[in-house]
Amino acid sequence: MSPQRIVPARNWGQSILAAMLLVVVGLLVYMVGSSRHINWGAIPHYILDETILDGIKLTILFTVLSMVIAIVAGAVLAVMRLSPNFILSGFSSLYIWFFRGTPLLVQIIFWFNIQLFIPSIDIGPLHYETNAIVTAFVAALLALSLNEAAYMAEIMRGGLLAVDIGQHEAAKALGYTPAQAMLRIVFPQALRVIIPPIGNQTISMLKTTSLVSVVAAQDLLTRTQNIYAKNFLIIELLIVASIWYLVMTTVASGIQYIIEQHMAKSTHEKSTVWRAALRIMRAEGSGR
Amino acid sequence: MSTPDDSAPALMVEAVDVHKSFGLVEVLKGITLSLRRGEVVCLLGPSGSGKSTFLRCINHLERMTSGRILVDGQLIGYHERGGGLYEMSGRELAMQRRDIGMVFQRFNLFAHHNVLANIAQAPMLNRGQSRQQALDRANALLKMVDLEGRGEAYPYQLSGGQQQRVAIARALAMDPKLMLFDEPTSALDPELVGEVLSVMRRLAAEGMTMLVVTHELGFARDVADRVVFMDQGVVVEEGPARDVLDHPRQERTQAFLRRMR
Repeated sequence: MSPQRIVPARNWGQSILAAMLLVVVGLLVYMVGSSRHINWGAIPHYILDETILDGIKLTILFTVLSMVIAIVAGAVLAVMRLSPNFILSGFSSLYIWFFRGTPLLVQIIFWFNIQLFIPSIDIGPLHYETNAIVTAFVAALLALSLNEAAYMAEIMRGGLLAVDIGQHEAAKALGYTPAQAMLRIVFPQALRVIIPPIGNQTISMLKTTSLVSVVAAQDLLTRTQNIYAKNFLIIELLIVASIWYLVMTTVASGIQYIIEQHMAKSTHEKSTVWRAALRIMRAEGSGR
Repeated sequence: MSTPDDSAPALMVEAVDVHKSFGLVEVLKGITLSLRRGEVVCLLGPSGSGKSTFLRCINHLERMTSGRILVDGQLIGYHERGGGLYEMSGRELAMQRRDIGMVFQRFNLFAHHNVLANIAQAPMLNRGQSRQQALDRANALLKMVDLEGRGEAYPYQLSGGQQQRVAIARALAMDPKLMLFDEPTSALDPELVGEVLSVMRRLAAEGMTMLVVTHELGFARDVADRVVFMDQGVVVEEGPARDVLDHPRQERTQAFLRRMR
């Protein structure tokens, strides 16, 4: 006798909803696709435009530089926040409160206009016009990195607090100096908690950089706007920019995935069991 | 027992009137205690009696409220200037702690390092040992704690008893003058207690000066030269191990020992 066939329950409600969704989305795609108001040919024309590619370079530069600055500054702020000295921890708390509590867009415009209340910087005989130093690029970079540093500080503080206090005590008892204990014992273990959110923040930063277009900092969105200001192909160029943002975030997500897989592997039992097995085989082979 | 040379003080640990408060609660109410060179002393007492806190004052993991502790003639944790005691910097404290080994109840092996790195890192960093020297020593110590060949394992792959033996090897790698044990077998499954105690017995037989906070009365009876019974922040009774354990004079000691049986 052949085994009885097993028929899973059908969920008719979901099937009907799915069909309706297909129809609605299909209609929307048809509507957009058949629109005579969009010049589809402009998209492949501009996708590799030199101005657009320059904008991408700057967007990536902003992302990388501001993340690097934010990670360093965030580490310092996190350690300050955990310090028993109340002025150090108070400063750090105040910084985090202020930079997380005000909109990034406001901070960008603020840095761009800093010369309004600090017109020049004088250090002894040296005299600088603020305008010459704080260009749109510098203002944008300052705003992005100082703002991100506040979030980074909290991520790192969480990572440091996640390390068992016993690890710190063991390092102290073995005569590690405070710096050695932090750099060799606590921080490496905090990294496992810190790295995944840093990845998320980096991906988020790729998109956040578009805000600096308000001060014309020449990122991807600024360039896009510059082009459509001349030819009025607004939607077409925004599609071009969106395609590039999607490419960048997708690539970044891929990199994040690889890093996290690698981290998981280095701590995963399976691989260490495998290493142990190899070692045993080697030891037996050597006739010990 | 090792023979002290002429210049070294006879006492390895000298604690005088140590007080410690956590907020308003005074957990140590004047502990005076000394250990001779090579002596093994077990610190007994009910939980909350202040044994561990006192132990942690000896390497300044805990800051005492008043009193003084000398290890090998050196004042621990403070510089004495004029009439005051000034706490040392983190670096200076680290230098002092290098001569005092400590073993924790929860092992506290470095989770991101394998066994060899756990043992060899500190001597490489702070005893000026080369990588090869430190690794050779680490392997020798692993043999001593019956864990030969487990150097590549990570702490989470080891049983509690194995982890604690690695922790002992790690402390010994710094060649300490004194070993502090903070309830080294309390977090272990009963069947794993013996392997840790046997390593500690060996260490005692080699002449290491040891101060052991423990609930293992059998170990105290066999190994300790002296036991000290503490309760509610004071030393209630102390003396040769067999005297105190078999013929306790104080009522509180008697009550505690009855409960432990």
